[in-house]
Amino acid sequence: MLLERAAYPSDVSGRITRAEAAHVARLARLRFRDEELDELAAQLSAVLDHAADVEALDVTDIEPTSHPHPLVNVMRADEVRASLERDEVLAQAPSVDSGQFRVPPILGEAP
Amino acid sequence: MSALALAAAVKSGERSAAAVVEEHLDRIAERDGEIGAFNLVLAAEARADAARIDSALARGEPVGPLAGVPVALKDNLCTRGVPTTCSSRMLEGWHPPYDATVVQRLRAAGAVVVGKTNLDEFAMGSSTENSAFGPTRNPHDTSRVPGGSSGGSAAAVAARFAPLALGSDTGGSIRQPAALCGVVGLKPTYGRVSRYGLVAFASSLDQIGPIAATVADAAACYEAISGHDPLDSTSIDSPRELVTASLERGVDGLRVGVLAELCAGSTRVEGAAGSAVEGVAADVIARVDTAAAALEAAGASISVVSAPSAVLGLSAYYLIAPAEASSNLARYDGVRYGLRVDAANAAEMNVNTRTAGFGAEVKRRIMLGTYALSAGYYDAFYGKALRVRTLMRREFAAAYADVDVLLGPTTPTTAFELGAKTADPLLMYLNDVCTIPANLTGHPAVSVPFGSGDDGLPVGVQLMGPALSEPILLRAAAVLEQAAPSGGGAR
Repeated sequence: MLLERAAYPSDVSGRITRAEAAHVARLARLRFRDEELDELAAQLSAVLDHAADVEALDVTDIEPTSHPHPLVNVMRADEVRASLERDEVLAQAPSVDSGQFRVPPILGEAP
Repeated sequence: MSALALAAAVKSGERSAAAVVEEHLDRIAERDGEIGAFNLVLAAEARADAARIDSALARGEPVGPLAGVPVALKDNLCTRGVPTTCSSRMLEGWHPPYDATVVQRLRAAGAVVVGKTNLDEFAMGSSTENSAFGPTRNPHDTSRVPGGSSGGSAAAVAARFAPLALGSDTGGSIRQPAALCGVVGLKPTYGRVSRYGLVAFASSLDQIGPIAATVADAAACYEAISGHDPLDSTSIDSPRELVTASLERGVDGLRVGVLAELCAGSTRVEGAAGSAVEGVAADVIARVDTAAAALEAAGASISVVSAPSAVLGLSAYYLIAPAEASSNLARYDGVRYGLRVDAANAAEMNVNTRTAGFGAEVKRRIMLGTYALSAGYYDAFYGKALRVRTLMRREFAAAYADVDVLLGPTTPTTAFELGAKTADPLLMYLNDVCTIPANLTGHPAVSVPFGSGDDGLPVGVQLMGPALSEPILLRAAAVLEQAAPSGGGAR
């Protein structure tokens, strides 16, 4: 179930409700009990309240820095090289079938 | 005995690598039950490696600058065929199919890996209490935390389980535990040490570095692990700086800036500062002042320097790092490695696996990061934090036009009691307030033990410098090491 947009007020204090925490948990593929959600909502709100100093800044004229160094695309020579051994990699997987990772169904009813 | 003294003894034949390793394994067996520095002790492997070094020496073959030196590896560094857990249930029992570049380089230098050390789960924490396998304790006082997240590595060096260890530093995780355990910790320039094989936390911030009992040992370790690596696309493609040869050159003429924003209460800063970070204890600031005086006495000039955005670092970091973590940790989906908790469909399996595999702090950071990146909040939080990062880069660049290095505390306080800050995540995050600026700017920084606080526990002072200034930072660190008041060292 998608949460309605209305549940996302642009609350300046950065307070997070239980419903918002539940929505974020769904995005993050995590599950919490209601009391855990309440605790998380309060803890995240406290961190975001601390971040009010950042939120309040007028930095519109400053470009963002996402990385310490200017990033350039690094490419190796286009030649065939050995990679990790398939069997060694698959040996670490929770479930394997015919040389591939096996997962539960991603579509439709479970068998 | 220092790592370099041990290597010299092994190379001269005065001691065998086997005897050196045995001595350290004995010490671990004796006391690690109490400290909990190691997730895994690799006794058999270490004995075999030591024997190999001894026979290479007997054959007259070259053995490397760290021949026979026991090293401890933070358990988020991949070791081929050897469990690498990140102190998480999620990776319990995982055997990486390759070695991290730093592990290969340490072995090539002759070092002997004695074990994998405890950390806050996935390196998220400042006390090593967030480990799925129990906390590590501070060797100076076992009722106190060792700091974190590289708390196991710092405690291992402080307890003399190994003279050298590797940690990783995303917001202070090498320097903060080094300070709290009374040892040296270096966070190198971002990109100077390959991160290939370091389990990712926040990729624009993470950096591997040494923890050691002496500055010279940290320098030797840094020299062994640094340099370009084609397997890490963020690795700096230029020849590495040599740091050991210039280590004893002193600081005559060096321009040192006391960073006002981290030093409220300093006699030098008095009246000079605008706003400063709160909560740095008076006894810690007093040590910074003594360190400044020591550098001055050794010929450095001292001034007070301001970088106002440093006070915003904590807020910016706790938006940026969780945002990157929420993306990096999406890989733990129960498909390719690690834990799986099954369900009738793949999406439920993902949820079951992640809910069971991650601990509370990791979940909290994933939640925070997912929120900061989510529609409607991206610009207000993550976007602004990235702009603060630009501000910090500009201000620190301006500061380094006037001074060669900056001086400040590493941590707000000495080591605190276990459990003292676990109930309040924000209180725990405040431990990183002095170390975060160097991560956001990508600059190197080193923590040097400098006496003790009013409680008798170690205090660390921090030197920061511009990108690739490791040779100068370590020189200044060596001067501070010589001048350090007694107390607070490795034990």
